[in-house]
Amino acid sequence: MDEGTELSSTIAQIVHKLSGSQLHFQMERQAKECLNHPSVQLETLKEDVKQYLRKSGWEKKLQNAVYQELNMIHTSGNPIAPPEHIKEPLTYMRKAQASWEKRILKSLNSMCTELSIPLARKRPINEQKELLTKWNEMGTDEPDLSHFRPVYAPKDFLEVLINLRNPNFDNSDQPSASSHWGLIQVPLRVKDLSELREFFSELSLGYGQLGIEESSQVPQDIFENEHARIGRKVLADQDSAAAEQYIRQGSPTELRAELWGLILNVTSEPEDIMYYEQLTTSVVQHDLLVDNLFYKDVKLTASNDDYYFVFEDFLYQVLLCFSRDTTVLEHFKYNSATPPKSYIRGNLGIEEFAVVYPPNGVIPFHGFSMYVAPLCFLYNEPPKLYSVFREMYMRYFFKLHSISSSSSGIVSLCLQFETLLQTHLPQLFYHLHEISAQPLRIAFKWMVRVFSGYLATDQLLLLWDRILGYNSLEIIAVLAAAVFAFRAENLMEVTSLAAAEAVLADLSTLKVIPLLQIFLFATVT
Amino acid sequence: MDLIPGSSSMYDNMVACSVKAPVSLQIGNMVTDTANPGVLVIDVTSPECTSFNLQEISFKNNYTAFLMVRLHKQDPNSPGNAKWVTCLRNYQLMPCPHTEEGAQDYFSISRQQMLIEPDNITAVRLILRQPSSVWLNFGLEEVRISETGKDDSEKTLPSWISSLTPVGQAPKCQNAVPDPDKISSSIQQMWALTEVMQSSKTTARVGRFDVDGCYDINLLSYT
Repeated sequence: MDEGTELSSTIAQIVHKLSGSQLHFQMERQAKECLNHPSVQLETLKEDVKQYLRKSGWEKKLQNAVYQELNMIHTSGNPIAPPEHIKEPLTYMRKAQASWEKRILKSLNSMCTELSIPLARKRPINEQKELLTKWNEMGTDEPDLSHFRPVYAPKDFLEVLINLRNPNFDNSDQPSASSHWGLIQVPLRVKDLSELREFFSELSLGYGQLGIEESSQVPQDIFENEHARIGRKVLADQDSAAAEQYIRQGSPTELRAELWGLILNVTSEPEDIMYYEQLTTSVVQHDLLVDNLFYKDVKLTASNDDYYFVFEDFLYQVLLCFSRDTTVLEHFKYNSATPPKSYIRGNLGIEEFAVVYPPNGVIPFHGFSMYVAPLCFLYNEPPKLYSVFREMYMRYFFKLHSISSSSSGIVSLCLQFETLLQTHLPQLFYHLHEISAQPLRIAFKWMVRVFSGYLATDQLLLLWDRILGYNSLEIIAVLAAAVFAFRAENLMEVTSLAAAEAVLADLSTLKVIPLLQIFLFATVT
Repeated sequence: MDLIPGSSSMYDNMVACSVKAPVSLQIGNMVTDTANPGVLVIDVTSPECTSFNLQEISFKNNYTAFLMVRLHKQDPNSPGNAKWVTCLRNYQLMPCPHTEEGAQDYFSISRQQMLIEPDNITAVRLILRQPSSVWLNFGLEEVRISETGKDDSEKTLPSWISSLTPVGQAPKCQNAVPDPDKISSSIQQMWALTEVMQSSKTTARVGRFDVDGCYDINLLSYT
C-alpha cells in the first residue's frame, strides 16, 4: 500500500474506534450546548462550533484521544489481513502461544479438580455483607492459601521461549559467524547499538536528565528547575503528545502522577469513578478462584517487600477489580493471547452460555501483583490507581507474558538483551556460556517484572518514565545488558550459575540513568 | 484458483487467474545442487488470455525479501503484439532479509504504485528474491489480482467524509504529510473497506460478564 492509502486506513480505523466512545458523546453534547453561546452565528455555524470547541479545550481532548489510539495501533493495518494476523503475524508464534495457553488451562483445571473449588460462584448474601465491611482491609483476612499454588512462574515461561523455533529457519548446528550463543533461537529483528542510540537520543550525554546527580554538561539544579517549569506548562496545556516527549528526560516527583495520567489519557470523570464502583460490586457478588491466586501472589511478593507491604490492601482492591473488568478484553485484538472460555454450569457447548474466565481474560502468574505495586506510590485514590494500572497493562505489561514478534514483546526483549551482550561484551558472554550460566536465566525475571521489586522505587519510577516517554519496553533490555556490563568484572570471576546469581542478586543500589547512558553512549563499538 | 466468497468490496473485482507453481532460477543442475535458490518466478495468467486493466495485486508474504513485477502488456492498437514491461522494481517486503519482520505480512500493490499504466494485461510475472541463506523456503501465498471496476457509488458513506475540508489551511510540514486530496479520495475507499472488514458492534462495551446474573463456572474449556 502506498503512504496515502495507509494513512487513510489509519484515519478510518481511529474514527471507527472513537465514534460511540464517551468522548464522542461528550463532544456532541458540548457542541449542542454551545449553540446558545453568542459567538456562534448561524451563517458560519460549522466554523464557529469548531472554534468554540477549540477554545474550550475539547480539541485538545480529541487530540489526546487520537494520540492514544495511534500509540496503540500496532500494525500498518492492511485491511485484507485477517484478525489473527493483527494479533500476531507469524504463524508459528501463534501456534506456540496457543499450546502454552492450553497448558495453563490444564493447570488451572487440575487445580480446580484437586481442591474441589469451582472457578466462579455467587457469594451468599452474608458473605457479601462481610466483604463489604472489610473492603478496605482485605489484608487482615488470612484465608487458608496453602493449597493454592501459582499457575506458572516466569521460569516456566522462559522454558517455552527457549524452545520456540521457526520451522522455516535453518537451525544447522555448525557454529558460524552468525551463531547466537544465547537461549533465544528465533531470528527477530532487534535494534543494534547505533539504532538504539538514535531511538533513545534524549538519553544522551548532551541532554539534561532527571536521575543523575551531577553532569559535566548541564548544571543539574538549573536543569531541574527549568525542567519542572516546563513540566507545569505541559500539564497546564493538557497535551498528551507533549507530555510524552517531555517525560523522556524524566519527571519531577511532584508532577509524575499527573503526567502519567495525561500520557495514558486517563481521566477522573464521575463516569470513571462510577465504573470502578461497579467493579467493586461485582467483586462482592461473585467469588472467583483467581482471587485466591491474587491473594497468594500478594502475600508471596509485595507483602514481603520492604517498599510495598504497606500497599497490600490497595493491591487486593485493584487486582480483584481488574479481573472483573471486561474492557480489558479489548486488548486481545492486538495481543497474541486469547482469553480462556468456559460455559455456565450445566450448559457445556451451548454458545449462549459461553463466557470468558476470568471476565478480563487474564490469568495471573507468580509476580503479577508487582506490576501494580509501584503505582501505589503515585496514586492514593483507588479509582485513579486502577485506571492507570489498567491502561499500563493494556499498553505494555501484557507483552511480557505472551509469545509475540512485537518489538516490545518479551521474545524480542530477550533477544535484544542477548544480542547486545554478545556484541559488546563477548568475553563475558562466552565465559558465562562456558560455565552454563546463561545470562538470560538471570535477566529474564527482571524483564518480566519490568524491574519492579529489584530496583529502588525512585529508580524504578525513573525507568518507567522512559517506558512511557518512548512508548516501548526496549529500554528494559538495554538496562539488563547495562547491569551485566556494570558488574562484568565480578562476573568474570564466577564459576557457576549460583555464584553469578549472587553477584546480581541485589540491584537496589543501582542508579538506572547513569548506567543506561554509559552503556548506550560510552560503549566503544 | 478460487475466489473468496465476496463479503467485501476488495474482492468484487477479482480476476480469476491461474497462479502457476513457482519456478526457481539457479545456475547449475537443479536436481543435484543442494544450494537453496535465491530467485523464484511465479507466473499468473488470465483465463483464455483475455486482457484486463490491473487495479491491484495483493498477496501474503512467505519470507520473500524483494519483489519485482513484470506485466505482459498488449498494445491496444495491434492486439497481436504484446511485450513484457517492468512495473515494480525491487520492492522490499522484508526490511532485513535475515530477520522475521515483514516475513508473513499481507501486502497490496495498487496501480498508482506501478511504473507504467497496467492496462491491457494478459499475464503477470512475479519475480521473488530472498538473498538470505537462513530460510529453508520462500514464496508468496494467496496471490489475488483485481481489475479496475465500475464506480461503486452505492455504498453509503458518512456525511463527514464527503465534506472533508482540505488541510491546506493548517501549517504545512514539508514532505511529512502526503497530498491531502489524494488522501481524501482514497479515504472513501478505505472507510468502506474498514466498515465491512471490522465487526459492526459498537465500540462502547456494556460491561456484563455474567449471563442473566449467573456466573457459576466449573472448568475451563479447551476448544
